[in-house]
Amino acid sequence: MIEFEAPKPIAQQQFVLKTVAEEMMRAKSRYFDDHEHEIPYDYIEFMHMAMRATGAGSLAPKEKKEEAEDPNKPKRPPIGYQMLAHMLEMLSWGDVGMYLVTPGGGLGAAAVQSAANAEQKAKFLARFGEAKPTFAAMCMTEAGAGSDTSAIRSTAILDKEKNEWVINGEKIFVTAGDKSITLDEKFGKGFVVVWASIDPSAGRAGMRAFVVEAGTPGVSVTKMEHKLGIRCSDTASIVLQDARVPFDHILGSPEVVKDTKGFKGAMATFDATRPLVAATGIGVARAALEFTKEKLAENGVTIRYGLPRQKLTNIEREVIDMEIMLRSAWLMILKAVWMADNAKPNALESSMSKVKAGDAVTKVTQKAVEVMGPLGYSREFLLEKWFRDAKITDIYEGTGQINRLVVARQILGYSGAELR
Amino acid sequence: MYSFEPSDEQKMLIDAVMRYAKSDLRPAAHDAEENKELPLKLINKGWELGVLQASIPEAYGGFGERSAVTGVLAAEEMAFGDLAGSLAVMLPGLFTMPILLAGTEEQKKQWLPPVIEAEWKPYSAAMIEYAFDFDPYALKTTAKASGGDYLINGEKAYVTYAATAEAMLVYANLDGKTQGFIVPKGAAGLTVGEEREKLMSLNALPLYRLKLENVKVPAANRLGGEAGHDIEPVLAAGRVALAALAVGVAKAAFEYSRDYAKEREAFGVKIAQKQAIAFMLAEMATEIEAIRVLNWEAAWMLDSGKEDAFKQAYLAYTGAVDMAMTVTDRAVQILGGHGYIREHPVEMWMRNGRGFAMFTGLAIV
Repeated sequence: MIEFEAPKPIAQQQFVLKTVAEEMMRAKSRYFDDHEHEIPYDYIEFMHMAMRATGAGSLAPKEKKEEAEDPNKPKRPPIGYQMLAHMLEMLSWGDVGMYLVTPGGGLGAAAVQSAANAEQKAKFLARFGEAKPTFAAMCMTEAGAGSDTSAIRSTAILDKEKNEWVINGEKIFVTAGDKSITLDEKFGKGFVVVWASIDPSAGRAGMRAFVVEAGTPGVSVTKMEHKLGIRCSDTASIVLQDARVPFDHILGSPEVVKDTKGFKGAMATFDATRPLVAATGIGVARAALEFTKEKLAENGVTIRYGLPRQKLTNIEREVIDMEIMLRSAWLMILKAVWMADNAKPNALESSMSKVKAGDAVTKVTQKAVEVMGPLGYSREFLLEKWFRDAKITDIYEGTGQINRLVVARQILGYSGAELR
Repeated sequence: MYSFEPSDEQKMLIDAVMRYAKSDLRPAAHDAEENKELPLKLINKGWELGVLQASIPEAYGGFGERSAVTGVLAAEEMAFGDLAGSLAVMLPGLFTMPILLAGTEEQKKQWLPPVIEAEWKPYSAAMIEYAFDFDPYALKTTAKASGGDYLINGEKAYVTYAATAEAMLVYANLDGKTQGFIVPKGAAGLTVGEEREKLMSLNALPLYRLKLENVKVPAANRLGGEAGHDIEPVLAAGRVALAALAVGVAKAAFEYSRDYAKEREAFGVKIAQKQAIAFMLAEMATEIEAIRVLNWEAAWMLDSGKEDAFKQAYLAYTGAVDMAMTVTDRAVQILGGHGYIREHPVEMWMRNGRGFAMFTGLAIV
C-alpha cells in the first residue's frame, strides 16, 4: 500500500528535535557563522547527552536487537534510515553547519559500520556511547583526487615484522577532521577512516580503508579551510607521515584480488549515505522557503494556489515552483531511505535523490534570496547564510555531476568503462 | 508508515493496464493521430479492464471503491501507451467521478449505473472555455436560477465526444461559484459545433465546441442538489489524473529516446556513451520520478482526506506540466533530426507534453 504517513516514532522524534533546532541551533546560527572554527561545545554536549539517553544518533543505524519474538505482535518494518533522514533534515533546518559537528561518528562510523567485521565494530564503535562526545571522520579526497576516487595516491604498506600498516599521504576536505584526529580533553578519543592503496599497481582493487586513531604519531592537521558556508563545521587537511596503525585496523580483506569488488563495496556505502546527506540540504532549503513565505505574508502577499499559471504573479510562481522542487526532492529521499530500510537495492534511487536535492536546494535558496530582494541579501537575516550553506549539498558526498553519471549508468545498464 | 509499494491488487491492475497500453494503445497511436480516428474496438478493450468500474461502489453498479492512488497508477500506465487513447478510455469518468464525489444520493443512483454497467459509451464534461485567460474559478459560462430550473448560457471548448455524448456535466458560473450541471443528450438550446477542434495534438480524439443558449436544467440536475457542491475535490481529482498522464507520456518519451541513444552511433560510440546525452537521460529519469512521487503523495492525501490535499494536487499538476514539456522536448532533442520526423513518436509526445497546461478537466480519477 502506498502511504505517506510519518510513523509515530518519527513524528514524536520530530517534535523534540524541532525544539532543539530552534533553541540550541537557530539561536546561535549567526554567531557561529561569524566565528568560523569556534566549537559549539554547548550544542555538542547537549546532543551527546541526548543521544546517549535515547540511542538516536550516528549515521550508521543501530543493528537490530535480538529480542524475544512475541508472535502476537505484528512485525513492524524497520524505519532506521527513514528516522535518520527526518532527524538530519530537522537538525539542518536548525543549522546545517552545527549539525555537521554532531558527535557520534558521522561518516567515519558509517564506513566502519558497513565495511568492518564484528570485532572491529565492537572495538571502534563502542567509544561513541561513552561519557565524552566523540567524533570520527572520513578521509577520502586528496588534492588530485576529488570525485575520481580511483586517483587516490595515499599508500599503506605492511611492515611485516611489526605487523603494522605504515600510511603516507595527504587528505583534504575532511569534515570534522580536526575534532576526530586532534586530542581534546573535552572529547573522547576519535578516529578517521583513511582511504589508501595497499598495492598502487592494482588501481581500484588495491584501495582499502584504515582506521587511524586520534593521537597516532605522524598524523597532523595542517590546515582548516575557510568556506563559503557551513562555517561551524571544520574542514581539515590531514597529513599522514609514516603513520603506523595495527594490522587489524584495515577494513576488509588485506588480499588484493584483481577485481573491483572491494572498491564497489566502498562505493556501496554511498547508497546509504547519499540520501541522508541530501536530507540535510532539504532542511536548509525548507528554512529558507518558510522564511520567505512568512515575510511575504507579513507584507500582505498571499499565494493563490489553484489559479492557472498565467494568472499568477511572478512571486507566486516562484514560491509555487520552490515548493514543488523541495517537496518532490524530499519524497525522493524518503523513497531511497525506505528502500534502504527494506533491504531493496537503491543505488539508482539514492543517486537520483541526491541529484534532485542538490539542484532543488541550490535553486530554492537562490530564488528565496532573489524574491526577498535587499532583505534576502542582508546579513541581518539568515537567508543569505542558508543560500551559502545549501550550495554544499550539490558538491559533497558526490557532486551533482558524479551522481548524474551514476544515474545514467544505472538507467542505461552501462559499466564504468562503457560510460566514462 | 511510509511505503512506496502498490498493493498486490494494484499491481495486478497495473500489469493489465500496462499490457493493454503496450500491445494495443501504442501500436494504434500513430495511425489514430494521423487519421484522426480512434477505433471503438480499441477503446472498448481498455474499458473492459474495469479501472473506472472498480472505483465505483456496488450500490451504483461498480465493484469497488474510489481510490485516487489506484486511479493515478492506472493512468500513468495507460498514458505510456497513448494519451489520446487514454483520454477516450477514461472519458466516462469525467461524468461519473464528479457525481460520485459531489453528487446527491439520488444523482448517484440515477446516473452512475447506466454508465458503469454498460459497454463504453461517451459521457463527457464541458469545462474549458476558449480564452487565453481561462480560469476554472471564474467561468464565463453562467447559470442562473429561473423558476425552479437553471438557465445556462455560454460557450465551451475542448469537449470530448460532445457530438455523441449520452450526457455531460457542464460547468458554469453560478453567483461566482463554479458548479456542475448534468445535461442530457439533445437538451434544447445546446448546440455542438459542426467541426471538430483543431489542436496541436489529440487529433485522434473528437473534441468540439459547445454553445449553450438558455439551456434549461432542472434543479435536480445541479451537481450536489440544492446545496450545490465544492469544486475543489473535482478539480483536485482532475489535477492528479493529468499529472499521472503526464508522467506516463514523459516515461514513454524517456524510454524511447534512451533505447534510441543505445542504438545510434556517432564518432564510433553509441551516443548514450556521451555524457551530453547520458546526463540528459539521467535528468529526464530524475524529473519523472520527482513528479511521480509528488503526485502519489497528492493522491494519497486526497484518499486520506488530508488538510493540504488540494494544494498538493495543484503542486503535483503544476510540476507535471513543466516536467512533461521538458522531458518530451529532451526526447526529441536526443533523436535529433529523426525526432522531428513523424515516423518516430517522440514529436507527438512533445505535442502532448505542451498540452497539459491546457487540459483542465479532460481527465479525472
